[in-house]
Amino acid sequence: MKAHLTRRYLFSASHRLNSPEMSVDENLATYGKCNNPHGHGHNYALEVTVSGPVDATTGMVCNLVDLDDCVEREVLSRYHLENLNARKEFAVTVPTTENLCIEIFEILQRSFPDAHLERVRLEETMMNSFEYTGNNWVRR
Amino acid sequence: MVYLTRKAEFSASHYYHSPEFTPEENRRVFGKCNNPNGHGHNYTLEVTVKGEVDPRSGFVVDLKQLKEIMHREVLDAMDHRFLNKEVPEFMTKIPTTENIAIAVWQRLRPKLQQAQLHRVRVYETPDLFVDFYGED
Repeated sequence: MKAHLTRRYLFSASHRLNSPEMSVDENLATYGKCNNPHGHGHNYALEVTVSGPVDATTGMVCNLVDLDDCVEREVLSRYHLENLNARKEFAVTVPTTENLCIEIFEILQRSFPDAHLERVRLEETMMNSFEYTGNNWVRR
Repeated sequence: MVYLTRKAEFSASHYYHSPEFTPEENRRVFGKCNNPNGHGHNYTLEVTVKGEVDPRSGFVVDLKQLKEIMHREVLDAMDHRFLNKEVPEFMTKIPTTENIAIAVWQRLRPKLQQAQLHRVRVYETPDLFVDFYGED
């Protein structure tokens, strides 16, 4: 029987929203305070949802320790207490939470084979969050 | 179609152990959760039903009835219990959050008439929950 399992993680990082494709004025108009050249930070909350049949022997969709290890190694160690703009994946791509959400989904899809990756949900603040399921967006 | 979710809380203890594993395998797979003395959680249960809004009552479901069914079928059986020893499903299945969600679904599904069960969500802790949408 298929079940969905969701695990929540916290990390903190800084970023600056600035597109090389826009002029200085356009960047300021588009990103407002987020365009501050010195950057700013957030405490992000990451929710990872995986799904699959519940193993008859273990009663689990996947081993939580393995999921935690993978997220720690592939995501948290990469982004926690880092400046996102300094990462190569955001050298050109603007590190909006939308793009960070997509990046994390793709990282986990490559690196966690034990269950099907259903969804990555990323809270930038308590007031806004983003979801990526691999092919469509829901913005809240 | 409207979806309605009702929350409830229960506290219970459990441990993870499979008779198909050796003691070493049980310890390796389940870690601290394999301690046979058990440990506990405050579980949060979210039951989501769906249906059309009744034109006379304005309800998808009678909330009082849903609450009574959740209490009778789930909370009375699981709240302040040692799941492995006191809940029949978990004498043969490991009371993982996955299996708890499935057991809650199987307890509620036959008792709901007015509305259709859509999802059972069980939080073991604030950072871990399981969703079950049925056997299909």
